[in-house]
Amino acid sequence: MTNIKIIPKKDKKEEIKKETVDNSTDKENKTKDIDTGKKANKIVLPGDELIKSIDYIAGHGTYREGNKIYSKLSGILKNRDHVISVIPLAGKYVPKARDFIIGEVSYITFSNWKVDFGYPSEATLPMLGVPEYIENGVDLTKYYKRGDLIFAAISSVTKGMIIQLTMKDKKARKLYSGKVIFISSPKVPRVIGKEGTMISMIKNKTGCIINVGQNGWIWIKGDNEALATKAIKMVEQYSHKSGLTNMISDFLDKELKKVGPPEKKGEQR
Amino acid sequence: MGSDRPKKYEKLIINNKRLDGRTLDELRPVKIEVGVIPSADGSAYIEIGNTKVLAAVHGPKEMFPKHQMNENRAVLNVRYAMLPFSTTERVRPGPSRRSNEISKVTRHALESVIFLEEFPRLAINLTLDIIQADAGTRATAITAGAVALAHAGIPMKSLVAATAVGKIDGKLALDLNGPEDNFGETDMPIAMTSTDKNITLLQMDGDFTKEEFKKALGIVKNSIEPLFEAQRKALQDYYK
Repeated sequence: MTNIKIIPKKDKKEEIKKETVDNSTDKENKTKDIDTGKKANKIVLPGDELIKSIDYIAGHGTYREGNKIYSKLSGILKNRDHVISVIPLAGKYVPKARDFIIGEVSYITFSNWKVDFGYPSEATLPMLGVPEYIENGVDLTKYYKRGDLIFAAISSVTKGMIIQLTMKDKKARKLYSGKVIFISSPKVPRVIGKEGTMISMIKNKTGCIINVGQNGWIWIKGDNEALATKAIKMVEQYSHKSGLTNMISDFLDKELKKVGPPEKKGEQR
Repeated sequence: MGSDRPKKYEKLIINNKRLDGRTLDELRPVKIEVGVIPSADGSAYIEIGNTKVLAAVHGPKEMFPKHQMNENRAVLNVRYAMLPFSTTERVRPGPSRRSNEISKVTRHALESVIFLEEFPRLAINLTLDIIQADAGTRATAITAGAVALAHAGIPMKSLVAATAVGKIDGKLALDLNGPEDNFGETDMPIAMTSTDKNITLLQMDGDFTKEEFKKALGIVKNSIEPLFEAQRKALQDYYK
């Protein structure tokens, strides 16, 4: 069972767009000035004026002052559905509710587990956050020991940065063997790719099971671990370049020719 | 003041040009490099004339000591230090009255543009090491610090750059160098934001008349743009 389910769905929006393009080419041309375009990734820096209009919403990585929207990060400019946002190129992971993270159980109290996931303060996995019913006074190490890796969802984050985790999710699970690599968290969306294209491609070609945590911890298990690691590290290194999926695909094909294609195994944990 | 001058520096302005060949409202050549320290979250190296500064950002990370932690926002820690070999005479390492003061004013200059409220309970550590000092170290340190913070991915309202304006031989001059600072009359470092040219640091050593002060501010506002351009170019080149 792979845990990040990627359902390549045909975009209805795109189809609609294609239809409308034929009717209104003039309008397309007008909006192109603002559109960042698919190929050219425009890099913006803190304090750069992105747009002077009140018709747009200041999304992630931006702030509004008067009728202007400015960038507050160094990153890539995105403009989708009148929301202007900046995808950062660097920075630390800030936990958000409903994110999936990979963490390591660092110590156990009598009623909860503390999980280290690369953030300055540790997250708490309470007894109630586990699908099984746990009776009072039961040794919690039965479920998760110190040093165990878990793929968990963040259930809540308070203003004072008290982070609670939950395992009551279909995707959440304990990770057995395999290895964990660390990348910087702003690069995670690139590793996953648009609707998971990148990660599913790496999974298919290398035959590895890969779990990506939003915190930048990536768990890999399979025969081609080293190759998958190389590919992911490459994504991290060239994350700001366009046409990356093809580049990684070519790289994997070339490397796999030397080794031979991965053996197809049944679904495994 | 003038009587102590060595013969070399008897006149600081000759034919409306300064001793290093610059005009009165010209900045020293700027060179900025980003990402010079791999172990830091963000870093920058800057050369403005002969002043060389290395800036490194670590964080946001756990605040230490814990009693200084703020529940609602991050704390910016700035450590400015002149390295022992940075001047002709050895600088005693460790905090001093001067370095504590500059750490504080630098912190204020940069704090106002950072969205500190996005990282409650955490700390951002900024280290500014002066490798070579030739006047304007605090201004150069602020310029480098802003680039390092931007490289570390810390959300900021705008970039900050700083330069000094001073009076030498009775005339206003921008971005003083070593001898001009030593033998000039006044030195006024100013830090400004890139978006609105808001002032985040202003200190003055020496005297200005009211008119001179206004004129000096004007000079900085008009001539600081190359510094922002250098900062932007350095960051853009890094991501290319």
